[in-house]
Amino acid sequence: MNHEKHVLSILVDNEPGVLSRISGLFSGRGYNIDSLCVAETTDPAISRITIVTSAEMPVVEQIKKQLNKLINVIKVYELTGSEFVEREMALIKVNAQPEHRAEILRIVDIFRCKVVDVGLTHYTVEVTGTEEKLSALITLLKPIGIKEIVKTGVVALFRDPK
Amino acid sequence: MKLKGSQILMKVLKEEGVDTIFGYPGGAVLDIYDALVKTDIRHILVRHEQAAVHAADGYARASGKVGVCLVTSGPGATNTVTGIASANMDSIPMVILTGQVPTALIGNDAFQEVDIVGITRPCTKHNYLVKKTEDLARVIKEAFFIAKSGRPGPVLIDLPKDMINQVIDYAPPEEPRMKSYNPTCHPNKKQLQKVVKLIRDSEKPAIFAGGGVVLAKASAELTEFARKAGIPVMGSLMGLGAFPGTDPLWLGMLGMHGTYRANMATAHCDLLIAVGVRFDDRVTGKTDAFASNATIVQIDIDPTSIHKNIPVSIPIVGDCKTALKHLNKLLDEADLSGLSARRRQWLDQIESWKSTRPLAYCQSGKIKPQYVVEKLYELTKGKALITTEVGQNQMWAAQYYHFDQPNHFITSGGLGCMGFGLPAAIGAQVAAPEKLVVDIAGDGSIQMNIQEMATAMQHNLPVKIVILNNGFLGMVRQWQELFYDKCYAHTCMDFAPDFVKLAEAFGAVGLRATTPEEVEAVLKEGLSTPNAVIMDFVVEPEEGVYPMVPSGAPITEMLLV
Ligand SMILES: Cc1ncc(C[n+]2csc(CCOP(=O)(O)OP(=O)(O)O)c2C)c(N)n1
Repeated sequence: MNHEKHVLSILVDNEPGVLSRISGLFSGRGYNIDSLCVAETTDPAISRITIVTSAEMPVVEQIKKQLNKLINVIKVYELTGSEFVEREMALIKVNAQPEHRAEILRIVDIFRCKVVDVGLTHYTVEVTGTEEKLSALITLLKPIGIKEIVKTGVVALFRDPK
Repeated sequence: MKLKGSQILMKVLKEEGVDTIFGYPGGAVLDIYDALVKTDIRHILVRHEQAAVHAADGYARASGKVGVCLVTSGPGATNTVTGIASANMDSIPMVILTGQVPTALIGNDAFQEVDIVGITRPCTKHNYLVKKTEDLARVIKEAFFIAKSGRPGPVLIDLPKDMINQVIDYAPPEEPRMKSYNPTCHPNKKQLQKVVKLIRDSEKPAIFAGGGVVLAKASAELTEFARKAGIPVMGSLMGLGAFPGTDPLWLGMLGMHGTYRANMATAHCDLLIAVGVRFDDRVTGKTDAFASNATIVQIDIDPTSIHKNIPVSIPIVGDCKTALKHLNKLLDEADLSGLSARRRQWLDQIESWKSTRPLAYCQSGKIKPQYVVEKLYELTKGKALITTEVGQNQMWAAQYYHFDQPNHFITSGGLGCMGFGLPAAIGAQVAAPEKLVVDIAGDGSIQMNIQEMATAMQHNLPVKIVILNNGFLGMVRQWQELFYDKCYAHTCMDFAPDFVKLAEAFGAVGLRATTPEEVEAVLKEGLSTPNAVIMDFVVEPEEGVYPMVPSGAPITEMLLV
C-alpha cells in the first residue's frame, strides 16, 4: 500500500484549544502530521488549518471523518485529488564565503528567490514554492553549507474555475 | 435581571430538566453548592468522584436522561477521568461540572489547579472552559445539546471560581445553534431501498444489534424489523436488551465470549445488517475472517464508526430509529412471499448449532457462578436492572441473564472499567426507585468502589450486590491459565475482607452462600430485603468463561467447555 501525501484544509472555530484538539486527534489515533499551518481567515471567528498527512486511503477517509466529528471543526476539504495551488516558504541561512558568493547568487537567480539578509559569512535566502522546488534548492545549497533552515509548512487552496 | 454565576447555572440546569446531581464538594465549588441547596435539585453525595460519574452513567441509562455530576477542582476533577472515559466509550449522555481556580490564577500552579480541559480533551465528546460569566448559560445549553444529540457522550464544563461568583446582567440564551455541529440524522432512502432488495435476495441473513439501538430508543423498531423480515438477531455486549432475549429469533451475544450459534451465524451468513455497532475487536476477532461470506450493511449515526474496522458494502449514516422505521415501511410494501420457505434451511442450521453447542457449564460440588446468575434470572423473572463489574462476572451476567428490554443491562462495555457496577447501580436505583437493581460483581472489582456502600446507605438506595467470589482476578487468571502456562502472577487475592461483616459495618445486610443448596435461599432473602444487601457467593475458584475466542483469532475458533 502506498502512503501518499494528502493535503487537508480545515476551517475551525478560532478559539483557544482548537489546535490542541486537532493535534491531539492525530497523535492519539496514530496519524502522521507532515506539516501544519494555521492562521485566521478573513472572518476573525474562523481559522484555517492546512495539514499535510501521509497515510493509506482508508485511513485518510477516517482522518477526515474524525476531524469532522470535532465540535469546533466547521469544514474539512481534501485538496489532493483536485486542482489546487500549494506553496511553502523557507528561510535558508547558507555559508557565504567569498569564493561561494557568486555561485549562491546564481542559484538564487535561477530559483527566483531572494537574499533577505547578508553577513560577512552568510546569506539568508527566502524561497517560496512547492515542496519540490524547496527541496531542489536545498539540495543545491547543501554542498555549500547550510547553517540553519526554517520552513513554514504547506499552505494550499483550491483553484477556482477560470 | 442581576444574577450570580452560580444562580445562572442552577437556572439553566433546571431549564434543561435536571432533577438529580451526583457530586462531591470542595473549595472551588462552594458557591455552586451554596446555590444548589437552595433549589429542589436532588444531590447524591458520593464517597469518591469516580463513583459520581459512574452513578451519573447508570442514572442516564436507566432514565434515558442526561446524567449530571459536580466536583471540585484539582483532585476532584482528576478523579472523574476514569468515569468520563468509560461514558465516552459507551456513548452515554452526561454533563460533568468541574470547579476551577479563579481565572487570574490559571496557569500559576495554583492550589488544586489542574488543566482538566486538557486532560479530558481526548475522552469527552467536547469540553469547555468558561471564561466569561456572560457565556455561562450558552455553554451549559450547548453542553446538554451536544451530550444528548447525534452519538451521545460526556461533555465537561470547567468553571473558574470567579465565573461562578460574579454577578451579571442576565440575558436568557437562545437555543443552541452551532455552525460546526449538526449530526446527520436522516438516513439516505436509496440506501435503505437497497437493504430491502438485499433482504429479499438473501438466503442466510442475520442482524447484529449494538448499543446504538439502545441509545436511539429503537428497540421496538428493531424487533418489528427482525420479526417482519424473519431475520435472526445477535447483539454486542452493549446491545443486550435491544432485542428480546427470550425471542426465538435471538441468537445471543457475538464475539469473544459470544454464543456458538451467534459466532457461527456471523461466519456463515450471506447478509449482515449491523445496526448501532462499531465492530470492536472483542466482537470481530480476526477482522479478515469476520463475516467474510456476507454483504455487510451498517447503519450508524457516527460516520467514523463506518469502515473503521470492517469494510461495509452499504453504509448508512443516520439515526437508527429513523432508519428502522423507514425499513419497516418499505418491508410492508415489499413482496416477501416465499421468503420463509427459502430461509427454512438457514434457521434449521442455526437451531442445530444451538442444540449441539448451547451455553453450558459443568456441575460440581461447589457453587458455579453461572448457576447463581441463572437463579438470579429465574427469581427476578428477568425484570431486574442489572449492572456489572468487569471480568468473568460481567461475561456470565451477559450470557446467563436474558434481557427482554433495553437499558436493563448496564455495564462498562468499551472501557471495561472495574469498579463501575456499584456506583452505576446506585445511579440506576436513583433513576428507578421502584425497580430491583442488582450489581453482579467479582470479589476484585467490588473492592474498587466498595466505599459507595456508604452512599447507598445515606440515600436509602436498596441496591443488591451479588459477589461471585472466586478469590481471583478471575478473567485475568483465565488468560494466564490458557495462554501463560497457568502462571497466576498476582491474580490470586490471598486476602479479602469478610464481605458479610463489611456489609454490616456499613449498616447494610450481608449474606453468604458456600454450597449450591444455599444459593436460592440466599438470593431469595437478599432480593426481598428492603435494604442494601451484599450477597457473597463463594464459587468455584477456577471456573472459566466459555465459549472463548482467543484474542485476534477468527470468531469461529472457539474454545468450548
Ligand atoms: C480498573 C481496571 N483495572 C484492571 C482491569 C483488568 N482486569 C480485567 S478483568 C480483571 C479481573 C476482575 O476480577 P474480579 O472483579 O474478581 O472478577 P472476576 O473476573 O473474577 O469475575 C482485571 C484485573 C480492569 N478491567 N479495570
